[in-house]
Formats: sequence, C-alpha cells, structure tokens
Amino acid sequence: MSIDNLSLLLPEIALLTLACATLMVDIFSNDPKHGPGYWLAQLTLLVTAVLVLVTYTGDSQYAMAGMFVSDAMSGLLKFAICIISLFALFYSREYLLRHDIIKGEYFVLGLFAVLGMLVMVSANNLLTVYLGLELLSLSLYAMVAIHRDSSSASEAAIKYFVLGAIASGMLLYGISILYGVTGSLELGAVAQVLEGQSDYPTLAIFGLVFVLIGVAFKLGAVPFHMWLPDVYQGAPTAVTLFIGSAPKLAAFAMAIRLLVDGLGPLLPDWQQMLMILAVLSMATGNLIAIAQTNIKRMLAYSTIAHIGFLLLGLVAGNAGGYAGAMFYVITYALMSMGGFAMIILLGRKGAEADQLDDFSGLAERSPWLAFLMLILMFSMAGIPPFLGFWAKWFVLREVIQAGFVWIALLAVAFAIVGAFYYLRVVKLMYFDEPREPDEPQCSTPLRTVLSVNGLSLLLLGLSPGLLMSLCMAAFSP
Amino acid sequence: MLEMIRQMLNATVGQIVPAAWQAQTVEVMLIVMQITIILTPLMLCVAYMVYAERKVIGSIQGRIGPNRVGAFGYRLAGLGQPIADALKLILKEIIIPTGSNKFLFVIAPILSMAPAVAAWAVIPFAADTVLADINAGLLYVLALTSLAVYGVIIAGWASNSKYAFLGAMRSAAQIVAYEIAMGFALVGVVVAAGSLNLGQIINAQSGSLLHWYWLPLLPFFVVYFISGVAETNRAPFDVAEGESEIVAGFHVEYSGMAFSLFFLAEYANIILISVLSAVLFLGGWLSPFEGVLPKSAFTLPVIGSVLGGGIHWLLLKTSLFIFVFLWLRATFPRYRYDQIMRLGWKVFIPITLVWLVVIATLAKLQITPWFN
Amino acid sequence: MFEQIIFYSFGTMLLLSALMVISVRNPVYAALFLVLAFFSTSAIWLLLRAEFLAIVLVLVYVGAVMVLFLFVVMMLDINLARLRAGFMRYLPAGALVALVLAASMVLVVGGEGFNEIRESGLAERGPAYSNTAELGEALFTAYLYPLEIAGAILLVAIIAAIALTQRAKRETKAQNPDAQVAVRRQDRVRLVKMSSERDSE
Repeated sequence: MSIDNLSLLLPEIALLTLACATLMVDIFSNDPKHGPGYWLAQLTLLVTAVLVLVTYTGDSQYAMAGMFVSDAMSGLLKFAICIISLFALFYSREYLLRHDIIKGEYFVLGLFAVLGMLVMVSANNLLTVYLGLELLSLSLYAMVAIHRDSSSASEAAIKYFVLGAIASGMLLYGISILYGVTGSLELGAVAQVLEGQSDYPTLAIFGLVFVLIGVAFKLGAVPFHMWLPDVYQGAPTAVTLFIGSAPKLAAFAMAIRLLVDGLGPLLPDWQQMLMILAVLSMATGNLIAIAQTNIKRMLAYSTIAHIGFLLLGLVAGNAGGYAGAMFYVITYALMSMGGFAMIILLGRKGAEADQLDDFSGLAERSPWLAFLMLILMFSMAGIPPFLGFWAKWFVLREVIQAGFVWIALLAVAFAIVGAFYYLRVVKLMYFDEPREPDEPQCSTPLRTVLSVNGLSLLLLGLSPGLLMSLCMAAFSP
Repeated sequence: MLEMIRQMLNATVGQIVPAAWQAQTVEVMLIVMQITIILTPLMLCVAYMVYAERKVIGSIQGRIGPNRVGAFGYRLAGLGQPIADALKLILKEIIIPTGSNKFLFVIAPILSMAPAVAAWAVIPFAADTVLADINAGLLYVLALTSLAVYGVIIAGWASNSKYAFLGAMRSAAQIVAYEIAMGFALVGVVVAAGSLNLGQIINAQSGSLLHWYWLPLLPFFVVYFISGVAETNRAPFDVAEGESEIVAGFHVEYSGMAFSLFFLAEYANIILISVLSAVLFLGGWLSPFEGVLPKSAFTLPVIGSVLGGGIHWLLLKTSLFIFVFLWLRATFPRYRYDQIMRLGWKVFIPITLVWLVVIATLAKLQITPWFN
Repeated sequence: MFEQIIFYSFGTMLLLSALMVISVRNPVYAALFLVLAFFSTSAIWLLLRAEFLAIVLVLVYVGAVMVLFLFVVMMLDINLARLRAGFMRYLPAGALVALVLAASMVLVVGGEGFNEIRESGLAERGPAYSNTAELGEALFTAYLYPLEIAGAILLVAIIAAIALTQRAKRETKAQNPDAQVAVRRQDRVRLVKMSSERDSE
C-alpha cells in the first residue's frame, strides 16, 4: 500500500480543502470588501500552522510512496511560511482595499501559493519539487497580474511569466538529465547512485548546472536576476510583499532539497558555482541599489544582495552553513515584509509611496513609523543588535569556519557598501524636510501589525539564541 | 470465413510477392476487404439517410417529400432521388474562389470525411465482429470524433470568406465545449464497464433490458446524445451553418463533389453518434428479450436467432437514434450562440461531474444488478 | 522490416513537419504542421505499443489544444516581418544553445540509466495487456501525490484565468431563461376593475 502515513500530510490536506472552501465562500458572499473570504483564508493559514505543529516529530518520516518527507527542517519552514503568509495576506488586504482593487481570488491564489510552498518544502522527489514550484509560480503570476487596469502590473506579470517559464524549463531539463543519469527521480536514490560512483559522469554535472540555473532563477541570484527588479517594481506592492517574503523560504527549501538531499555527492562542484553566484549577487545587488530612486526597485536590488548572502551559507557546505542560511532567509522574509508594508502604509489611493522622496521627513510626520522604518533599515543593513546582524554574523561565522575567509571578507565589504543606501533612507526620514506636513493615514490594525513586525526584529535580535537553536536543530542529524 | 479467405489469398499472393512480404500483404489485403465491407453499406446508408430525412421531415410538416425520381419509368416513392442527387453533385464543377488557399481548400473536405469514416474501425457489429478489437477503443473513437472539427475550421479559413470564417469559429468553440461533457459521459461508461474496449462494454451490459446502461447512466446517456447532436453541428445546434444568419457557414464557398464530401461526413457522423449511443447505452447487439424470454426460446431454429442478440438489433437501435436526430431537426428552432455555450459549460459539465461521483460510488459499493 | 519502414516514414514526417513549424511564413500553416507532428509522434508511440499515450496525445493536443491555438492564430493578424527582424542577429546565440542542448541530449540517451532499457528492448506482452489499466494503477497508487498536486495546479490555472478575464460588471443583454420560464401571469398582467367614468362638466 503506497498511501501510508497519510496523517503526515494533514497540513497540506487541510490547506487544500479549506482553500477550496474559501473559493466557494467568497463566490457566494456579497461583501464588497470580501471579508468572509479573507477571514476564512486567514483561518486556513492558522489551522495549517497549528497542524504543522501537531504533526511535527522532529525526525524524518516518509509518506506517499516516498514522495513526501516530513523532517525537522520542513516543520520549521512550514510553520514560518504559514505565519509569514498570515501577515502578508493581512497587509495585502489593506493595500487592495485602499486601492480599491480587491478581489476574492487574490486570497485563494495566495492560499494555493502557500500550498505550493509546503509541497516544495516537503518534497522528496524531483517530480514533487517541480510540481510544487509550478503551483507556487502559477499562483504568483496571476497575483502579479491581478490589477488588470495597471499596465505596469501587466508588463511585470508577462515578464515574470516568461522568465519563470524559462527557469522552469531549465529546471525540468536538468531533472530529466539527472533521471537519465541515475534512473530515478527520488532524491535519496539519486544521491545514492551518485555516491556509488567514484567518478560520476560529466553528464551529472550537466544536469546539476541546469538544476542550479533553475534554482538561481527562482531565488533571483545574479546573473539570473533580470526579472526581479521589474517584477518588484511593476507588481502591486501587496503582491511584491507576498513574493518577497514566504516564497523565498520555499526557494531556499528547494535549494536544500535539490542540492543537499539529491546532489549532495556533487558538493565540490556546486560549491564553486554557488560561490560565483553569491559574490556576483552581493556585488551587483548592493552596487546597483545605490543608484535607485524608487524604493521598491531599491529593495529589489537589496533582495538580490541578500540572496547572495543566503547562498553563502550553502557554500559553507555543512549543517552549520545550511542552518545559517535558513536563519538568514527567515530573517530576510520578516524584514522585507516590513519594508514593503511601510510602503503600503504610506501610499494612498492612486498614489503609491514608492519613491525615496516619499520618506523624507517621516520622523516629523509620524515619529513612531519613522522609528519602525529605522529598525527595518538597520536590520537590513546588519547593524547590531537587530536580527539582521545576527543573520549575517551566523552565516559569516560558518563560512569562515568552513575555510572560505576571503569570501567572508568580500561579503563584509559588500555589506558595508549596502549599508549606505539603507542609511540614506534613515537620513531622509530624520534630517530632510517633509514634502507634505500631515501624518500618514492608516488604520489601527495596520499600525499595530506593522509595529509587531518591526519590533519582532528588535526583540528576536536581542535574544537570537532561540531561533538560532531551532535552525541548528533542523539540520542536526 | 475469415480464415478461409486468408488461405485463399495466401495461395495466390504467394506466387506474386516475395515470401518475406507475404504475411503483411495478405493482412493488408484482408483489412482493405473488411473496410470495403463496412464502408459500402455505410455510404449507401448515408445516401438514403438524406432521403429518409426529407421524407420524415416532410411527414412531420404535413408534406410528402421527394416522390418523383424513380427508375425505369416507375416512381418508387422517390427512391431514386439520392442517386440523382449524387450524380448531379459529381458532375458539377468545383469552384475554387480567388484569394482562397488552394491546398487547404481542397484538403478540408477530406479532413472532415476521414475521421468520420475511420472511427468505424472499432465499432463491434455483433459478438466478435469488429475490424480492430483494440483495448482503448472508446478513447480511439473519442479522439477521432474530436478531429472532425479540423475539416470545418480549415474549410472556413481557407475559403477566405467572412461567412465561412464566422461559421468555422462558431463551430470550433462549440465542438471544444461539448467535447468535454461528452468525454465525461464516456468516463462514466468506462467506470461502469471497467473497460475501454467497446465489445467488453457491450458484454458488461448483458443480462436484460434493465442491465443496459441507459438506466444507471441516464444523465450520461442524455448528455452524450445531446452533445453528439452538438458535435455534428445538427439542428438545433447548427449555428456553424446557420442558413438564415451566415448563409451556409463554413461550406458556403464549396460546390460539387467537395461540398458533397462535407455533406457525407455530416451524415456519416450522425450515424456514428447513433451507433455509439446504441453501443454504449442500449447494449449494442444485445437482444432486449434476453432475460425476459426463457433460454430455450433462443435455441429455436429461425425465431431464436431473430430474438437473440445480433447485428439486426444494433441496426434497429441505431435507426431509432437516427430518427431522433431527424425529429429534433423538425421540431426545435436554432439555439442562440450564448445559449449553446451556457448549456455546454454550465449545465452539462456539472451534471456529468456530479453523476460521475454517484456512479463511482455505486461501482465501489458494487450495487447490483449493474455493478458486480 | 515492416515495422522499421513504418517507423522511418513517420520519423521523417515528424522531423520534416517539426522543421516546417518553425520555418513556414504563415502561422496557420505552422499550427497545422504542428498537428502533423503530433500525429507522427502518436504513430511512433503506437509502434512502441503505448496506445494510451498515443491516443491521448491526439485527443488532448490535436483535438482540443491545437483547435484553440488555430482559433487564436486565425483571428490574429500577426506581423511576420517584425517577428523575423532579429532572426540573423540572434542566430549565433540560438545555434549555440541548440548545439549544447543537442549534445547533452545525446549524452543523456547514452547515459547509464538507459542502458537497461536499450539492452532488453521492448517487453513483449500479449494482446490482453492493457497499458491504460497499468497507467491508471500507477497514477493512483505510486504517483497519487503528484497527481493531486497537478490537479491543484490546474485548478489554480482555472481560477487565475477567470480572475484575470472576467469583468465584474456584466454588460451583455443576455436573457435569463430561468426567470422567463418561471414567470407567472400575475407578474406581467394586472387586471384592474374600474367603474366607468363619465366626463364631468
């Protein structure tokens, strides 16, 4: 019987069922604000998160004929994905309501995207990795295009779709080569076959290259980053926020599953490739971000730089490095979400606050919001004691321990370059004249949630041990 | 019988072609012979179905219908009409419009005729009487009927005429829409019979009149037949031709033999849908007296073979459906385009989906007498 | 021998039609050549005794997907001159990519995993063997999980397509047959009893 251990899939099953229910509820409710659909979607995420906790055991268990794996990493990442998406959907609704483009399908697509992420995180088979990725991407493409009357959103959606399809094609091609080489789609079996051969065929490297390109595309690492700035800038900010948060966790999981679980024996090969990607990403991201005047675009380039740092953790090539990368990606998701949420908060109907100038003199208009933004920017720049600092520290420590000192030095150098444009935002807020005097309008819930988001970076930064030990536990055998 | 012919062929062919090719040559010749045996009556049926159509509709509308053309000075109630029509069409010139795409214009009628004929390969006419007894027979039929649309689309486009193009577009959307409902209905049959082989589907229905699938699969039966009417572009779904709106739709530019091929294809498709309905839902060549009369009745010399299953029952059931086709045409006004789409997408597909769940449950629980 | 002749004729047809798909000027022709390519592929699959895949290829791609494709291509007025403008410029890069892909493909088929299949040849099975049933069984046991995910992906595609195309405001003047049928006399006609009136003054 292949349908064993079905209870491990409880979170996914609940999510799929409730997502369909959300679709139905939303269709039959007449609320112009799509309240019922939205609340059911949030409930779904909450239920899924709880079920992830309930089914968590900490050791690796397999289900569905070995296509599904539940281990410590998947537990932590799934929980983080659900909680982060919960926040993301909240911010999204505020934005959609404010700009009057709310649609019930947005939340349903969001839920399906989360389902795709969970599938990727728990994939133990090349087939499920790919299908999870497609489920996620397809939902995201549609979400980017959801504002049909905006030409920039449509342009972004098309770009995202075409480049995403190419990336999927690359990944699929790599997968097919790996299948040709090893005769199996299961990650463990692939690793076993490769392990057994003292000198694996060049063809395996071929497959690895294509798989890596696919992963790099999805993560947005240089030189496969072209889509990222355009999509981040063109998409409605709510969608940018969504894309910039939880999906990065899933992409990280995909990288771990493919490279470590499946292609672990090829470590020396992909280590070098990742090194190049990481250095290029940090360099390009940080340098080009300086020249941006649009803050969404700036954050997009900063994302590329952060992805470089994240890849650095993988370069270390040991459990500590992976844990560091995981810590980094969770931190990044929290920071990026807060940053885009601030843009949402400052915007008004018909006018996005996506220029750097929109932040000038924010401290005078609303000291609290300016303070939150300060936390976010400091954290992204990696200034202690915020969480972003610990993330960088963690990764760097592992990289140095693995013996890549010069790369660590390069990373620090680029981080310092990067600090410039984050601090420029802080300077604008505190030392420049406001362009408009009145306090930005926002609802109390939005202000509260954003405060929680921002302060979490400070609080977690003050005691980074908890999250750090969780991440370490995820990769300790 | 087949074996006898094969031996005769073997003997003669062996003298002409090299030994290495003998088996294949004989096989090909046999298949061609069988095809001829199937197609000749089919073409005759098509010709006389046109006659039947005019007679039936005439009768429904209180007219007489064709009654002049006979043979040798006798009128024979107009039985010579189809022959005369065919002669007329063959002798007419095929006009190829300027600005049309010559190659596609010529090939379109063939593309519309070929699938209508090819699908007959898997139809079982009686127990073990079938040209190609393949496992995936039902899928094959579904695939071929879905190809019929190419003839229509290509004809419409190649004609370089607005009316033809409009007709082709309408037809394409309509056929794609109804194909889904049709496919789901067939999935229901497959679930019930547990096989894709048409012969086995008929055998699964044996027992009595109540074992035939029209009863447990009634919604599928209705949906399948109506979708069949829509797929063949017949009234009341004939928007692709729509004489009163777009002249004659996709074949407005065709004349002579090219036109008559479209005509033949349409009627061949009608007969195909009718025969399929009979096979899938009315037990094909099974006799309705099975399970009603005592077993000994079927062993009687002549009456037994009439009462028992056989090709005559299949023909009878098929004729019934063909009559319904004609009856529909005489009765209903043409659907409007959006109504056609609504019926296909919003009525048929949900019905089939729901009933599929019901059937799957019945099959899983092995509810007798249909599922055991 | 007989099978080889069939294989090579369909193989040639497949290659030629695939070549025509990308080289003919008229997009409608390109789509039709693609149909021909699908047919040839399907025939080759039949030779491999994969009847289910062969028929489903025709049913799904030729019968449904390509019809919609043709539908769109025939309606569009595609400017070919502009599409072809950059052809020579991108030719070297394109050729390079094609070369790399072709090379790796040759390597894959020469890979270890395929040796077994190549050496053993096709498994000979009797006429009663139904690979439709076999496929169904594999899909609903070993591959149930991917199958379900694929279902979810298709559902997302439907939701996305509807969300992106349907306008909230209905501007069509369609009738509502339900309401028309359900109408009663009282809804349409009101009989009023009036006493006759005389002109005053």
